[in-house]
This record gives sequence, C-alpha cells and structure tokens, in this order.
Amino acid sequence: MESLQRVFGKNAAYILIGPAAIWLAVFFLFPMLSLLTTSLSDPATGSPINGYTLTWRIANYTEALGEYWPYMMRSLLYAGIATLMCLVLGYVLAYAIAFKAGRWKTVMLVLVIAPFFTSFLVRTLSWKLILADNGFIVNTLQTLHILGEDGRLLATPFAVIMGLTYNFLPFMILPLYTSLEKIDPRLNEAAADLYASPFQRFAKVIWPLSLPGVVGGTLLTFIPATGDYINASLLGSPNTQMVGNKIQQLFTTAGDYPHASALSVILMAIIVGMVLVYVRRAGTEELL
Amino acid sequence: MSEVTPPEEVKKKGVSRRGLMIGGAAGVAGLGAVYLMGRGNGGGGTDAGCVTTDLSDSESVLNMSNWPEYIDEDDGDYVSTMTQFEKDTGIDVTYTPDVNDNVEFFSKVRNQLGACQPTGRDMFVLTDWMAARMIEAGWIQQLDKANVPNLDKNLISSLQGVGWDPNRDYSAPWQSGFSGIAYNKSLVGEVSTMDELLTRSDLKGKVTLLTEMRDTMGLLLLSEGADPSNFTDDQWGNALDKISKARADGQIRAFTGNEYINDLANGNIAACVAWSGDVAAAEDENLVFLPPQEGMMIWSDNMIVPVQGTHKANAEKWIDYYYDPAVAAKLAAYVWYVCPVEGAQAEMEKIDPSLVDNPLIFPTADYLAQTHGFMALDEAKASQYEKDYADVTG
Repeated sequence: MESLQRVFGKNAAYILIGPAAIWLAVFFLFPMLSLLTTSLSDPATGSPINGYTLTWRIANYTEALGEYWPYMMRSLLYAGIATLMCLVLGYVLAYAIAFKAGRWKTVMLVLVIAPFFTSFLVRTLSWKLILADNGFIVNTLQTLHILGEDGRLLATPFAVIMGLTYNFLPFMILPLYTSLEKIDPRLNEAAADLYASPFQRFAKVIWPLSLPGVVGGTLLTFIPATGDYINASLLGSPNTQMVGNKIQQLFTTAGDYPHASALSVILMAIIVGMVLVYVRRAGTEELL
Repeated sequence: MSEVTPPEEVKKKGVSRRGLMIGGAAGVAGLGAVYLMGRGNGGGGTDAGCVTTDLSDSESVLNMSNWPEYIDEDDGDYVSTMTQFEKDTGIDVTYTPDVNDNVEFFSKVRNQLGACQPTGRDMFVLTDWMAARMIEAGWIQQLDKANVPNLDKNLISSLQGVGWDPNRDYSAPWQSGFSGIAYNKSLVGEVSTMDELLTRSDLKGKVTLLTEMRDTMGLLLLSEGADPSNFTDDQWGNALDKISKARADGQIRAFTGNEYINDLANGNIAACVAWSGDVAAAEDENLVFLPPQEGMMIWSDNMIVPVQGTHKANAEKWIDYYYDPAVAAKLAAYVWYVCPVEGAQAEMEKIDPSLVDNPLIFPTADYLAQTHGFMALDEAKASQYEKDYADVTG
C-alpha cells in the first residue's frame, strides 16, 4: 500500500479500482439499467422498433408474476432437484478423486473437465440422440416393461432435469473436490481411533469440513440451472418450459420487452434473496 | 501489501472505505443519470436522410445474408449460380447463411438499423411480413427499376402487387414456399387435415408445430373455416383454443423452427407442420409433404437492401441475374422451393425434365388456388397476436 501510494498519490484506491469499475459500468451497470428501465416502461405504447418510454409502470411486475409464476416455480423445482442430484453424484465422485484415486487423480480431474472442450449445445443435442424414441435406451426400457409401449423419455420432465444435472455436474464436482482435498486424512484416522463409526466420521468430520465446497457447488449449480432454457427447449416439451424459455420467448417472438425484463428482474431478485438466506443459514459468509 | 497497515493510518494517507463507497455511489448515480438522459434517443424509425451513398462503382463487393441451404453450391464440375455471377460481373460476393428465423434476425440487426448504423450487409432475405415491417419502419432502400429489368419482366403474376409493396419498389422474392403438413409414412398413415394432426390418437406426443406464428395459425384458421388473410378476433381465439387443447392433451411435442426435419426423419415425431422445400430437400422417401384439405399457406422470402447497405447497385445486379429464367431454373432444381421467375419452367426442361411439372416448384393455377396468405398486421396487432401465440406455445 505504502509504495503504491508513492506511485499513484493519495487517490491510489480510485486509480486501482478504475479498470474494474469501468468494466463493471460497461458490462454490468449499463445492461442492468437498461433492463430496469425497460421493465418499467409501458408495453402498450412502445415496440421493439420504436423503442419504449419509461413510465414507471410497476404493473409490469405484477402482471409478469401473475401470468408466469408457474414457469418460475417449475424452474426452481427443476433446478432444485438437479442440484440435489448433482450433490449426491458429485460428492461421491469428488470424494473418490480426493481420497481414493491415487495416481489416477489427475486423469480423473481432466475427465471431469473434458466435456467443457465441446460446446454445451452439442452435448445437450447428443442427449436427444441417446434418449430418442426409437433409440437403444427407450427400446430397452420398453422391453423390460419399465416404460410403457408408447412411453418415452424425451419431452418429459425427466429428460429436462437429467439434462440440467448432466450439464452442471462439473460445477458441483470441482468446488467439492477442492474443499475435500484440503481435509487432512489423519483427522479421519483420528476419529476412527476414537471409535467413531464410518457414518459418524462422515457426519462429524468430513461433511462439516467440506461445507465450503458444498455451499459453493450448490450455488454454482442452482443459480445457472434456474435460468437455463437450453435443456428445456431441446429436451423438453411445451409442458416443461422453464422461466428462461418464457423470457426468451417474450423477448424474441412476442416482442414484449417490458414484461420480459420484469420477469428477468424478478428471477434475479428471487435468486439473490434465496442465496442470501442460504449463505446466512450455512454460516459461511466469509466464503463469498 | 507487505505489512498490515492499521486502519487509522489508511484514513490519513489514502482513501477511506467510507470515502470510496460514497465516491462509488456518486459515480454509479452519475452514470445512471447520463444513461437515462441518453435513453430517449434509442430506437425510432429512420428518416430518409439515413440512406447511404452507393459505393458500388468503386468497390466490386456484395455482402448478403440468406437462410441456410437456400442456394446451390459448387460441386465437382457443377458451377454454382453464385460462382457464375462472380465470374460474369467481377463482383466478390460474401454470402452468409445467418438468417435462421425472422424474429431472431430482426433482434440481431434492429439496434443498428434503428440507429442508422451499417450492419455490414448490403442485402438480406426475409419473409413477407418481416420485410413489410422493415419497409414500414423506413429501414429499406428503394430499388432502381432501371437496374432490375428482369425483375419487372419475369416476376410471376401471383407474387406481383402484394399489399405491402404493390410495385415491388423495395423487394424482390428470392424463393417462395408452402406451409402444410408433413408426415413420416413409415410410422403413420396419411394425415390430411389439421384436425387429424391435433387429435388423432396414434400421433399423440409425436406432433410438432412451427414457432412461426403465421404459418401455424394460418393453417389452424383455415381449419376453423376462417380466411387467414381476413379473420376476426373470435376466429383467432378459436384457433388458439385448438392448440391449447391439443397441448393440454399431450398431443404436441414441441414448437420448432427448422430443426423439425431431423426429428421427423428419425421418428421422434410422426407428423408436423412443415415447409415444402425442407421436406423435398431432406431426400428421404418416407417423408411426405401434403396440403391439408382445408388449404395451405404460401409465403415468400424477399431480398431487401437496408438503407445503410453501401453496395446497392451490386445488389441490384444480383437480383437481375437471379431473375434470368435460366439461372432461376438452375437454382430451383437445387433448392426445390417455388420459383418466382416466369420462364424458368421452360428452362427447367433443359436441366431436369422430371421437375417441370412438380407443383412444389412450378405450382399450377389450380394448385395455387388452395393457398392463402396471412393478413397484414399493424405493429400493435402483430405484437398482440405474437404474444397470444407465445402464451399457448410456451
């Protein structure tokens, strides 16, 4: 600090913050303001061609919520289930990589990251082939009478939640791995020496110490999953549309920018609210 | 940051946290105010003063955007129409197939067009209603009739005198097509009406409709006995109810753009609302396109030159070239859409005689009699209908 102040003078803090502040202003503040002002504009008098005038029309919010709350609930539900599934699957894998993988550790980590080398869209589209109505999986399940004769997987809530789980799993595994990897295995051994059962060792030693990873992982999964619309539009049906689909549709096909913006702001507010409560309850403010 | 400085030290020498917060808040408020003041100028129709100077005399280039798989391509000995055009005129064409959807393309270019800035494109191809909307907004340049004699001479009569551009002063159809029903005959029997499509139990969960409101709703209005080019709000409401009901019953699997054709071919869907050329171009003998008994929709995609397109004369050369019957026939033999050029049918005899009597490329007057166009809508009405439609599709 001392030397920095010698170089920059007494406004060192402002100068150092400058680049980040400009970045935030251009890429966060202006889009945000644009979103907020559009969400308070009159949808009746404006159009995407003529632009909108700001009339502080709060009714956009009540209308958007009144009309589209089922989509919001569906998003939260699907994202919640997907996050739980990610947590269960991810925890097992992260634990295995951190403690049991031995010399395969690096390879396994690379494999976790490997899907990122192909596009999100391509990976989701390939699930369409895997779950296709005439595909191997559906046929097998039909032969085993797990699925009915005209049963299917694509275009069902199952496919959408599965897509979300698949796509966001790495975001769960990586934070879990980093916090599990930091745990000293000797703590576990010590607990065993003191006659703790395997379950007690997990509940009293491993799980509490891995909480930072759990909180980080669930946030990184839940937040983007709630706003996701690719999985619902590629793997779902009209009856599994999430709030992201609705927002996208209002913006593009319906050309109703004010309601679309209002819905986006509501989604953002709900997520920020939920995250604050969650982080507070998890008692890990210092993580963020 | 070698040593931790005590807080009071910081206060004296540098900027305190409090000062920084206040400064930051002031900055944010200031920027916000600037933004709000500048906001009034956004959007807005463009006045005539926005038309750019034509640089075609000095620059032999043409940048155009079109829909995917909408033009023939060089293949071995086959010289495409575009390559021939470049050879004949010396114009270097940058052809980008980046129009996937009218509204999506509109969102892509609306900011530049509205603010009178170039989009980097001299010409693009959009469907009737979207072309009409852009002409209405004043974003499109008038074509110089002297430069496009073939357009005047050869445009087929059914595409002349459209309501939104009566003299074809602004637009030239690239190709036309029909929206009707397509089904996979290896999976299901003939689907000949929209009611069958939306209610037949063997199609349950295996039907898709198009997200393009005018295509899907046009067909449904027809099945309601209404005229898509002149219908009432009640008829519109009835047609919407049909979709809502089919959707609630689980009949409809999805609302799609171009991507339905793969699902139709591999059996994920059995029948759908489809565009004529897509089905033909898929070259899958199981896929059948047919006009519903109550009639089908016809549309055109039109070449238009934006006000900030700097190579209008080159674009006009392109239009004139593609309105030469021989060129048009060659293109039609490749893309299988309705050819808008008079005389191309005679030229087709030399290229591929089997296509001469194909109604999907050269529809007869009888065939055209069962086609309908969609009513012209003003901005507010269009937005309301689009929203109604979006509410039943999503």
